[in-house]
Amino acid sequence: MSTPVDGLRVEKVHVWRGDRHVLKGVSLTLASGQLLHVSGPNGTGKTTLLRVICGLLRPEQGGVYWGGQPISGVRGEYQAALAYASHEPALKGDLTALENLRFAVGLKRRVSPGELRASLEHTGVAGCADLPARVLSAGQRRRVAMARVLAMKAPLWLLDEPFTNLDAAGTRLLMEMLQSHAEGGGSALVVAHQELVMARDMRRLELTA
Amino acid sequence: MSVGPCEAFALVVRRELRLSFRRPDQLLQPLVFFLIVTTLFPLGLSLQLSLLRDMAPGVLWVAALLSSLLSLDSLFKSDADDGTLEQLALCGQGLTVIVVAKTFAHWLVSGLALVLVSPVVGTALGIPGSVFATMMLSLGLGTLTLSWLGAIGAGLTVGLKRGNVLLSLIVLPLAMPLLIFGAAATDRAISGVSAAGALYFLAALCVFTCTLAPFAATAALHITLE
Amino acid sequence: MWTWFYKLASPPYVYGTAAALAPWFLGLAAIAIGYGLVDGLVFAPPDYQQGDAFRIIYVHVPSAWLSLFAYVGMAVAAAIALIWRIKMGHAVAAASAPVGASFTLLALVTGSLWGRPMWGTFWAWDPRLTSELILLFLYVGVMSLRSAFEDPARGDRAAALLALVGLVNVPIIHFSVVWWNSLHQGATVARFGKPTMAPSMLWPLLSMALGFMLFYGAVLCMRLQGEILNRERQARWVAEAIKS
Repeated sequence: MSTPVDGLRVEKVHVWRGDRHVLKGVSLTLASGQLLHVSGPNGTGKTTLLRVICGLLRPEQGGVYWGGQPISGVRGEYQAALAYASHEPALKGDLTALENLRFAVGLKRRVSPGELRASLEHTGVAGCADLPARVLSAGQRRRVAMARVLAMKAPLWLLDEPFTNLDAAGTRLLMEMLQSHAEGGGSALVVAHQELVMARDMRRLELTA
Repeated sequence: MSVGPCEAFALVVRRELRLSFRRPDQLLQPLVFFLIVTTLFPLGLSLQLSLLRDMAPGVLWVAALLSSLLSLDSLFKSDADDGTLEQLALCGQGLTVIVVAKTFAHWLVSGLALVLVSPVVGTALGIPGSVFATMMLSLGLGTLTLSWLGAIGAGLTVGLKRGNVLLSLIVLPLAMPLLIFGAAATDRAISGVSAAGALYFLAALCVFTCTLAPFAATAALHITLE
Repeated sequence: MWTWFYKLASPPYVYGTAAALAPWFLGLAAIAIGYGLVDGLVFAPPDYQQGDAFRIIYVHVPSAWLSLFAYVGMAVAAAIALIWRIKMGHAVAAASAPVGASFTLLALVTGSLWGRPMWGTFWAWDPRLTSELILLFLYVGVMSLRSAFEDPARGDRAAALLALVGLVNVPIIHFSVVWWNSLHQGATVARFGKPTMAPSMLWPLLSMALGFMLFYGAVLCMRLQGEILNRERQARWVAEAIKS
């Protein structure tokens, strides 16, 4: 398997949480246009792996590389190139959906309200744009989070359980978004415990205890 | 088109202010606490303004310290709870800019508010009006420094159960020099002696803290986020 | 990348070194403290001003010095651990903290006992005592923070950062307390009059200081062994070390 110089590379990452050896030498590669599904039972470190890839957590051994460089060396560039969606939708309840997007995306790139509304429209929550996030349902909040990922226009998507709280239509929508993202040259790493069936080729990494 | 640090700073300050003003009750609570604590002292000591005047600078400062600590707990807590802190950490601007913006915005709605309310409290404690300028300047510098010390403490304790008690435990010893210089400044002004020395020390402390604390607070948050 | 730093200060090596050094430190400490106590308590002449009461400085002053020395040591170990990610640094810092806090407490208690014959009270807001008290608060803060975290690695790092922040503040705190004390000196002249040191008084003091430092080293080594065993309890060498 040739390792692409471009794109994401994770090499033999080990993480201990207290006494538990959570990640035991995990390696993966993700080039542009590729999708990776990380699955595994609870407690096998899927979220931990994602946080290591984001750069939030430093592994005790091993490293994460972006474009051939260790991510600690190119932090600004790397963060500008990624969009992370955690298990929670990460919205401020007191801000409207639009404001949430503005303050999140606006830190990465200059973006107009029109663009943000278009993203919200794309994920089917255009009507929620001016409602405070705390009155939205769980499914709507998830869709707003999806809109945020979309609006960031980042090549690398790191999504942790993005299908949570989504109905069938929402699930289809997210699949389509992943598809077009990959077709456009982006890459995505999706942590999900359920089976994902995609028209496009999706590689799979199974984490075991 | 990437976003520069100044733009990011302004954006985060705007975010913080908007969030604060949507919860006006949470803005007012520390101020009311300030007033209540100040009221405790005359009740416990004496109602004579002439006697209170001697204790006034210290009382004012202790009350300001305690009410600032109350509000500092929430500096990072809400963002840590709903997951937005991670989004801020990954926005590409570096956490330091974010931390500076958040702390500054926090000071605007808490520390500065205390400074503006202080003449009212000062009058209640018998501090003469001629001293108000010195008093407010010392409180302004002091609360700014305290916001920064509190940011370090908040960064370390966010996410801990009952972190607010630990926050006070950590921050108060570090804030003791502030108390000494701040109360002394007002005290000397009341006695008619020049408060310049104390104010200079206070200002030096403020500059020193504002320069180094952002990095310590950022490091603290990185530890918390792991 | 930096993986080789991870094992740079190898735990078995540090454990072995600590185990070897501890008895030596203890022995030398006993000699130094023994000499210091005998010479200071028995042979040194009584101070013309304070009589025999001043003799408590032979415990008070070295404890105060050590309380600060231990804090600096803790902070340096913490810095090494944070910057180079050497886990042994955290072990040393964790082992140091209670020892330093105990020295601080000792300094406060002996200072208080000294105050009684001097001014008739058990406490006075003397600059040194006040600084020691604040130092005690800093120690308690570091220890509380470390134990508040469920994940010990994060607790170590948070406590290390706090120790460093505290270290930077110690000179500031000391300066402000001295300044504050000089401001209010009119009311009560309550300062520990340091007796001008005749050589016969100085040698026991230095010997006590050296003895305390060696004692600190001994206790640190002993605590460090316990810390290492606890932290590395998963490792194979620990099981073998315990068996032997």
